[in-house]
Amino acid sequence: MIELKDIHKAFNQGRENEYWALSGIDLTLEGRKVTALRGPSGSGKTTLLTILGCLARPTRGRIRLKEEDVSGLPERFLTGVRRSTFGFVFQQFNLVRGLSALENVMLPAYPLGLPRHELLARAEARLAGLQLGHRREARVEWLSGGEQQRVAIARALINDPEIVIADEPTANLDTALSRQFMGILEALVDEGRTVILTSHDPLVVESTVVDRVVTLRDGRIVDPGNAA
Amino acid sequence: MTHWIARQRYLIDFTLAALARRKVRNIGLLLVFSLLVFAIASVMLFTSALRAEAARVLAASPEVILQRLVAGRHDLIPPGYIERIGRVRGVQRIEGRLWGYYYDPVVKANYTFQVLADNPPAPGSIVVGAGLARFRGVRPGNTLSFRSYAGRLFSFTVTEVLPASAELVSSDLVLLSEADFRAFFDYPAGHYTDIALSVANPLETRTVATKLSTLLPDSRPILRDEVLRTYASIFDWREGIVLTLLSAALLAFGILAWDKASGLSAEERREIGILKAIGWETGDVIRMKLWEGLLVALSAFLTGYLAAYLHVFHFSAAFLAPVLKGWAVLYPRYTLTPAIDGLQIATLFLFTVFPYAVAVLVPIWRAAITDPDAVMRA
Ligand SMILES: Nc1ncnc2c1ncn2[C@@H]1O[C@H](COP(=O)(O)OP(=O)(O)OP(=O)(O)O)[C@@H](O)[C@H]1O
Ligand SMILES: [Mg+2]
Repeated sequence: MIELKDIHKAFNQGRENEYWALSGIDLTLEGRKVTALRGPSGSGKTTLLTILGCLARPTRGRIRLKEEDVSGLPERFLTGVRRSTFGFVFQQFNLVRGLSALENVMLPAYPLGLPRHELLARAEARLAGLQLGHRREARVEWLSGGEQQRVAIARALINDPEIVIADEPTANLDTALSRQFMGILEALVDEGRTVILTSHDPLVVESTVVDRVVTLRDGRIVDPGNAA
Repeated sequence: MTHWIARQRYLIDFTLAALARRKVRNIGLLLVFSLLVFAIASVMLFTSALRAEAARVLAASPEVILQRLVAGRHDLIPPGYIERIGRVRGVQRIEGRLWGYYYDPVVKANYTFQVLADNPPAPGSIVVGAGLARFRGVRPGNTLSFRSYAGRLFSFTVTEVLPASAELVSSDLVLLSEADFRAFFDYPAGHYTDIALSVANPLETRTVATKLSTLLPDSRPILRDEVLRTYASIFDWREGIVLTLLSAALLAFGILAWDKASGLSAEERREIGILKAIGWETGDVIRMKLWEGLLVALSAFLTGYLAAYLHVFHFSAAFLAPVLKGWAVLYPRYTLTPAIDGLQIATLFLFTVFPYAVAVLVPIWRAAITDPDAVMRA
């Protein structure tokens, strides 16, 4: 599904504070699986996730997405790829304040210009599927942390992406909500989606839902996990 | 195509929601913007309407008016003058005019009594202006009486009321026959109030005026072109001063807009980052912000211009009158005819809406082209 070859990522390249967050990542991820990235703080998990999700470009190295080289694509095409293939669940959820849950869910689909009733129906179905139908008109800042995350998940799914990317999805949740999240994760896999996430949380990395755990340290893979 | 429209509708929806979320700031901005447009548009509409009015009034007046002066004061034209002018070359038409003012103690207003050379009313009947008819409550067929300065009472039959749409100058007019005029004012036979001259070739008016001055040294020729130019320069000069003052306001507004725009709030930056991360193209973000800027600027422009229009044409430019008293002397009761100048609107539009859009777009552009991965670390 995704193939990384000798990925390097530098921040502030050429300047005094140049920092190599990733140095030589080789990784092949299969579709329809849940992969977790693990590692100490600063090891480069989030950085790797942004590269996997086409949010950022590597300084060096090649990325193949579904047999297609995307490392050389211009920003416009990358945006298109991002919109059609990936759904993101951010650690801080990154919902747009002041808008309702429903509006937030519909946001990624605006550039597609779908008929309004169709989009509305789709967004409402997503929210209902995550037990949030009753909160759809609520402004997102009034929602609880768990509800906000589910809105973020509904938003990630609105364009029906093949791959869902989540950064520290349980960092802001208590145990009960974390378990609920793992349930949602399972449902995503059952729908046939690929999930890539980062986590420190044993509840996540030791869960049976997770097929593979990749361990990073200092921008390198120290344990590629069981690439089944 | 429908796809494109749907897309723009979503962008506009989002924009409206975004505007509503930053209500106080945007309303403040809208207010300042509208006020600015209002002020500038008021001055522009007012001056151009006055200019048009002056041109309209003067277009109907003759090229040269000859007055006789006695001790520096306007006096009657004695018999014989018209015949003498008849010999001046270039003069096409000469007309001795009869007009005067009459104070009506009944309604405490001044009327202008005038004799028209072209089909004047029959003796005993008059034609009156719309304002006068309203004040005195008369209609065609009614009888109207005035007590002359000599103390005699004169009764006239009103045959016609001049249409209200006619120029403001006709509002207080009384048109009557020459015989009635002379009798009412005890005007000596053969005398006139002044002389109106038409000159065939506009290039010759000045020569004609010089000849008249030599021929009749006690008279003063007044050229229409000169009056027109005097008015125009008064208007231009005053408009210039006011617009200069307003340009200071314009500058302040520019700074405000620039500040608002370049000082993109952290919240806005975050939002742009989120939108890009979830699949909005840079172009979508910029289009959305462009809609936002356009909606603000256009509604401010429309509000301001509409308010200015009402201000000038329905409230007699009440705010400008004290500042621009000079005009009020020329037209004591001006009710201006609405006139809109397309070029003027375009100019105003160009100098308000356009800079605003640019000021808004520049920083957005910068924010929109930054990498979307930043949101991962918010
Ligand atoms: N924009 C940036 N500029 C400079 N350095 C950066 C930038 N983003 C990340 N880094 C650095 O790159 C390294 C890897 O960061 P990254 O966020 O990928 O780590 P992480 O494994 O996700 O850590 P955590 O578990 O704390 O989230 C860190 O040392 C971080 O300081
Ligand atoms: Mg991280």
